[in-house]
Amino acid sequence: MTGGYAVAEALRQIHPDVMAVYPITPQTPIIETYAKMKADGLVETEMVQVESEHSAMSATIGASAAGVRAVTASSSQGILYMAETLPVVSGLGLPIVMCVSSRALSAPLNIHGEHGDVMAVRDMGWVEMFAENAQDAYDQTIIALRLAEKVGAPVMPIMDGFHTSHTTERVEVLEDEIVRTFVGKRQTEESLLNFKDPITIGTLALQNTYFEFKMNQEKLMQKTKSAFKTICSEFAKISGRKHGFFEEYAMDDAESVIVMMGATAGTAKEAIDKLRAKGKKVGLLKINLYRPFPYKEVGSALAHIRKIAVLDRAISFGAYPPLYQDVMSSLHFSASQKHDIASYIYGLGGRDTMQSHIEKVFKDLEEGEIDNKIKYLQ
Amino acid sequence: MKFNKNTFEVIFFARGGQGAKTASELVAHAAVEEGSFVKAFPFYGPERSGAPTRMFLRVSDQEIRTQEPVEDPDVVVVMDDTLLDVQDVTKNLDKNESLIINTKKTPEEIKKSLPKFEGKIHALDATGIAMSITGNPNTNTVLVGKLISVSEIVSLESASKIFRGVFTEKIGQAMTEKNIRAMTAGYDEL
Repeated sequence: MTGGYAVAEALRQIHPDVMAVYPITPQTPIIETYAKMKADGLVETEMVQVESEHSAMSATIGASAAGVRAVTASSSQGILYMAETLPVVSGLGLPIVMCVSSRALSAPLNIHGEHGDVMAVRDMGWVEMFAENAQDAYDQTIIALRLAEKVGAPVMPIMDGFHTSHTTERVEVLEDEIVRTFVGKRQTEESLLNFKDPITIGTLALQNTYFEFKMNQEKLMQKTKSAFKTICSEFAKISGRKHGFFEEYAMDDAESVIVMMGATAGTAKEAIDKLRAKGKKVGLLKINLYRPFPYKEVGSALAHIRKIAVLDRAISFGAYPPLYQDVMSSLHFSASQKHDIASYIYGLGGRDTMQSHIEKVFKDLEEGEIDNKIKYLQ
Repeated sequence: MKFNKNTFEVIFFARGGQGAKTASELVAHAAVEEGSFVKAFPFYGPERSGAPTRMFLRVSDQEIRTQEPVEDPDVVVVMDDTLLDVQDVTKNLDKNESLIINTKKTPEEIKKSLPKFEGKIHALDATGIAMSITGNPNTNTVLVGKLISVSEIVSLESASKIFRGVFTEKIGQAMTEKNIRAMTAGYDEL
């Protein structure tokens, strides 16, 4: 099945009460597959067809505040169009899951894979996790739902548009009952519709309290990290598949390491196997949990690595790209030795990233072609 | 020389609307049914009916990680011989590898238009076969049959089973069985 289908399948098993949807490529396969499941009588979810992404998230907020399980999905301009509502979700602590098939931003118009959309909203208080393939996308949707409802924070499981959302792969699907037991029912004490115990949701907080609200939100984000870890180990018990803050691939004796996220990490693994067969000591640190960022853990995983290249599938105009900045911060606080760290940008607007690009990065590292300039894998 | 010899790689060259996506996904699902790992994905260009397009398919007994397009195929399937003029279909296709092409021309005539190609040419009139069996010019099932007989990446039985599962509801039992006969005819075509 494709990544898009795998996410819809995970959602079918989760069985949300409400799903408000507005189509946008390359996310559409998720909601159209789900709509077919609904038409076939496989789910009873209330599907709300709205007129825009802003309304999609607004309807999801209303449903979630009323106490039911509510989800949506989006991409690119759709995420930006609903951006006004994204900090509302996190500020209210609503456990909404939005499945993302990431895509480049206009202009110029481009419908292909890139992380520019999810990077643009990375400071909105949402948890962000990145999938490498369709299996990851399926697993992370289930983990995301459990995490959101456990801590009361919204979560975006993210797959690369087209690369993962539209590629047919083998995916191991868990039994419905196992998933349903794993995610359980949403437990909430507060509901907009509980007239016996009326509450205010979305209050006014001025100079005397707003600051503390935000500090509490940050505290919650930090708690999310340990909850994520616990949920991943519980998920491993039901699936046999390991998830965590990141995956260390061929890192044991590695001298040069690439840090990256998402689908192209798969291409990097294949390139690393090829280079290892030639005796090159190369490895990969693939980040799964991007927000909250596991600074301390990334810092210790990279502490002994001299040469590091950080590959971003997003551009941050006038600044170093996002993942590079986060890796630099990780190393700044826990550095036990000097590192040489290079920044690369790849795959913008769906540009193919080949194993030869990955090999070129490792060659640069080996030959000491490392400086403070951003390089582009065109 | 390919590094990962366990992975079988195919490129479908087609025009938008000729069913290359359905063909490659049919083989991919049949391979999963047999316990293999797969990746099947299109080159997403400007999707227009009739415009040249490509589909990539990988099948392996091990997990396939790479996301890059297929660059060094084991088999190439060309769904329309007019593509020979606009696409470099035999790129990286070596001596022992195969080109399957839907054409009314003979293998010798195809060979003449590909002077540098040293691999095997399987030329068949898939359009004619499809028309005579199903009554419509959908060549993809015929070509899947041929791909299976040339490559043996999946069995004809698995592909037929997947086809029945997906299409019986969509096109009805009679048309489904006709398409499976078309696939079998492609498989048996010399």
